[in-house]
Amino acid sequence: MDILAKVKEIIVEELGVEESEVTPEANFIEDLGADSLDTVELIMKFEEEFDIDIADEEAEKLTTVGKAIEYLKTKLG
Amino acid sequence: MKGFEDKIAVVTGSARGIGFAIAEAFAQNGATAVILDLNQEDVNNAVQKIDDAGLRAIGFVADVTDSDSINNIFKEIHHKFEKIDILVNNAGITKDGLIMKMKESDWDAVINVNLKGTFNCTQKVIRYMLKQKFGVIINITSIIGIMGNAGQANYAASKGGIIALTKSSAKEFSSRNIRVNAIAPGFIQTDMTAKLPKEVIDKYTAAIPLSCMGLPKDIANLCIFLASDEANYITGQTIQVDGGLLI
Ligand SMILES: NC(=O)c1ccc[n+]([C@@H]2O[C@H](COP(=O)([O-])OP(=O)(O)OC[C@H]3O[C@@H](n4cnc5c(N)ncnc54)[C@H](O)[C@@H]3O)[C@@H](O)[C@H]2O)c1
Repeated sequence: MDILAKVKEIIVEELGVEESEVTPEANFIEDLGADSLDTVELIMKFEEEFDIDIADEEAEKLTTVGKAIEYLKTKLG
Repeated sequence: MKGFEDKIAVVTGSARGIGFAIAEAFAQNGATAVILDLNQEDVNNAVQKIDDAGLRAIGFVADVTDSDSINNIFKEIHHKFEKIDILVNNAGITKDGLIMKMKESDWDAVINVNLKGTFNCTQKVIRYMLKQKFGVIINITSIIGIMGNAGQANYAASKGGIIALTKSSAKEFSSRNIRVNAIAPGFIQTDMTAKLPKEVIDKYTAAIPLSCMGLPKDIANLCIFLASDEANYITGQTIQVDGGLLI
């Protein structure tokens, strides 16, 4: 599975942003316009799509696209 | 008032009583009513009654305290209709007794069905409503949840809890155009009140300014209004339908 492509696709779909905006440095809240409900939905979507559990303490740290990809790669790898 | 064509309205505890009247009213106004209750035969009968009137209903057997099964049912409803517009948390029970003598199991049962059941259904439906950026949730509380009642500490606490849950949900979901309100019925003619002793019924009725018990339809009428676009600017409220019993 191409994790990077899948994660990008989910972010584009969930947050309604352009794919070009989804750079590794992009912060979900500051750059991609997510609010607190969006971030919860996003994490739930990752859990569903990749069939994993993401603990709240972990989820809180996933503030940027890069951090989320890094985390998911380690978790799934 | 029509205007609920294409709407999907889920009502818990809707095989009879107030819940059935609410489901029926949504169907009469054009919606597909989703009946959810404990017993298969009761659910079938309720669906049949709506069906016989040439209206739309489907049924599920579910216990609102079982969050996994509630999750699966909402998934199935969403899969079938691709949206869920309205949820009415109506399922409720009483197990009355004075605090001094109340069994722990009676406390737990009432809190579980009334309060946790409302939470469970809200939590499971909300992901779909958030995504569609539309939804109406109506929680059926009781005037007992506002005024308290000797012999109903468990029920009053559960219903007071529902009011606080309603306010919190309204705040949490408002940014996604989801409104959450509560209805507090007074003394309504259903199986729940039919099991009370006649003296109690007479005593209550005498205390009602509009001097009669309410009908399930009275609650259903407000549900229709609260779920309609006419109520677009109302959220987080608890509205009494009690003939003036508590003023
Ligand atoms: N009747 C009144 O005077 C009155 C007054 C105030 C509030 N209410 C509230 O209105 C609601 C409906 O009351 P009613 O008088 O129609 O009661 P009712 O007993 O006639 O009907 C309640 C329905 O809920 C179902 N139910 C019970 N536990 C359930 C569970 N765990 N999961 C799914 N379904 C379940 C029952 O099977 C039943 O069909 C309740 O929340 C009640 O507290 C009623």
